[in-house]
Amino acid sequence: MTSVLYDTPGPRAKRRNVILSVVFFVLLALFLWWVWTTMDEKGQLKWDLWEPFTTTQAWTTYLLPGLANTLKAAAIAMVIALPLGAVFGIARLSDHRWVRGVSGTVVEFFRAIPVLLLMLFANEIYVRYTDVSSEQRPLYAVVTGLVLYNASVLAEVVRAGILSLPRGQSEAAYAIGLRKGQTMSSILLPQAVTVMLPAIVSQLVVIVKDTALGGVLLNFTELLNSRSTLAANYANVVPSFIVVAVVYIVLNFILTSFASWLEQRLRRSKRGTGAVLAADAVDDLNAGEVGGTAATGHGGKT
Amino acid sequence: MFDFLEGYDVLGAFWMTVKLTALSAVGSLVWGTLLAGMRVSPVPLMRGFGTAYVNIVRNIPLTVIIVFTSLGLADIFGMTMGAPDDFKVQGFRLAVFGFIAYTAAFVCEAIRSGINTVPVGQAEAARAIGLNFNQVLRLIVLPQAFRSVIGPLANVLIALTKNTTVAAAIGVAEAATLMKTMIENEAQTLAIGAVFALGFVVLTLPTGLVLGWLSKRLAVKR
Repeated sequence: MTSVLYDTPGPRAKRRNVILSVVFFVLLALFLWWVWTTMDEKGQLKWDLWEPFTTTQAWTTYLLPGLANTLKAAAIAMVIALPLGAVFGIARLSDHRWVRGVSGTVVEFFRAIPVLLLMLFANEIYVRYTDVSSEQRPLYAVVTGLVLYNASVLAEVVRAGILSLPRGQSEAAYAIGLRKGQTMSSILLPQAVTVMLPAIVSQLVVIVKDTALGGVLLNFTELLNSRSTLAANYANVVPSFIVVAVVYIVLNFILTSFASWLEQRLRRSKRGTGAVLAADAVDDLNAGEVGGTAATGHGGKT
Repeated sequence: MFDFLEGYDVLGAFWMTVKLTALSAVGSLVWGTLLAGMRVSPVPLMRGFGTAYVNIVRNIPLTVIIVFTSLGLADIFGMTMGAPDDFKVQGFRLAVFGFIAYTAAFVCEAIRSGINTVPVGQAEAARAIGLNFNQVLRLIVLPQAFRSVIGPLANVLIALTKNTTVAAAIGVAEAATLMKTMIENEAQTLAIGAVFALGFVVLTLPTGLVLGWLSKRLAVKR
């Protein structure tokens, strides 16, 4: 295997790699053995603690309703944030300076604030100024916080998606006499949606992960919150954490794999412009865009 | 107008946020670089470990990790971080530990993507003119890789600054914890929200501007 860092290994390099493998394997095995014995010492491997997860009761009473709430909050947030993000993303590309300025400021402002602060703030607003019932309030607050934050990230995704299309697309549209609005709605946006799909699915992972904040700080009964109810009932803190973590990993791994599958498919496809917004572009967009535009794949072919 | 700030240590809370960010940044840079080294190493087992770590940690919500450091590591496994009696210090250190474990996965990916931007031709050309392995790395590959890593690393740092608010989940007295208390006890909800929002804009905006400028300036033009 050749990479920019090293060449195909010769006899000496092969021997060194074998030695490194063995040393690393021993260290890793020692670490895992240490984890295992510590768990054993603290009685965390006792079957009593793990047994609840083989029963349907633990799942139907605690984990599955929690997971359902996690998915519900994530889905609602995505459905509201996406059109809102599209509006702001397109507004940032406007020809009018004040539209660009206002939408740019709003987007940058909400992207700079931690999503937890937005959730806490939204919760307090609901307490003071609305009559949302106290059972519904955590969901409202979590969704509001997620929407405010993710709409601004998705606005950047939409903007990057539209900018990643070859210039010839809008030039051709203007050449056949389409107006700016028509060019956006019938030429650029439909193509940009395809370009953005992997990035949007990746953002869904971020949303799913952020719902857990509401579980701890706003008492929203999502997966992490139902874990503590479960652990209070079965007294199995560590096993419940491990099981819940595995649920999150599986769920997010499926979403991540779906995003990269979409990305591969779009890159390969003969139709379209070949432009793709990489699935991991959202890593950069979530932070605030340092160092220019996010990774866009310019196919260049039309 | 700002009398609602009286009796609350807003600056102290933001100082805690800065301390959490700084310590976690240093720690995750070290651990993340080690992970990146494993992920690009010629040893398959190390590559496998690096890949597994990144994929597992990136898919767990940070909140789960932070809450686990307190309820799991400290309460069950007795990992008191050298401060068994001082719960403030203990919570702070546990939070930093959790942030390092989580952020390192993102640091690793940023560094790896930086290394991947260096074209293989650079190393091939370097070997063709007779440079040895160390010279190739030291003179050709790493200088180019470091420059393209600044932008992605700055993004990780900004994300980390915002993520430190998750420490509120285990009661570390940082900005989000104080905002929760203040917003529940004081009448000026909007003003309090604005103060804390502004605090984070002040923390993240200069980081983004300075490091963004630096990464553009140092970028290798290809």
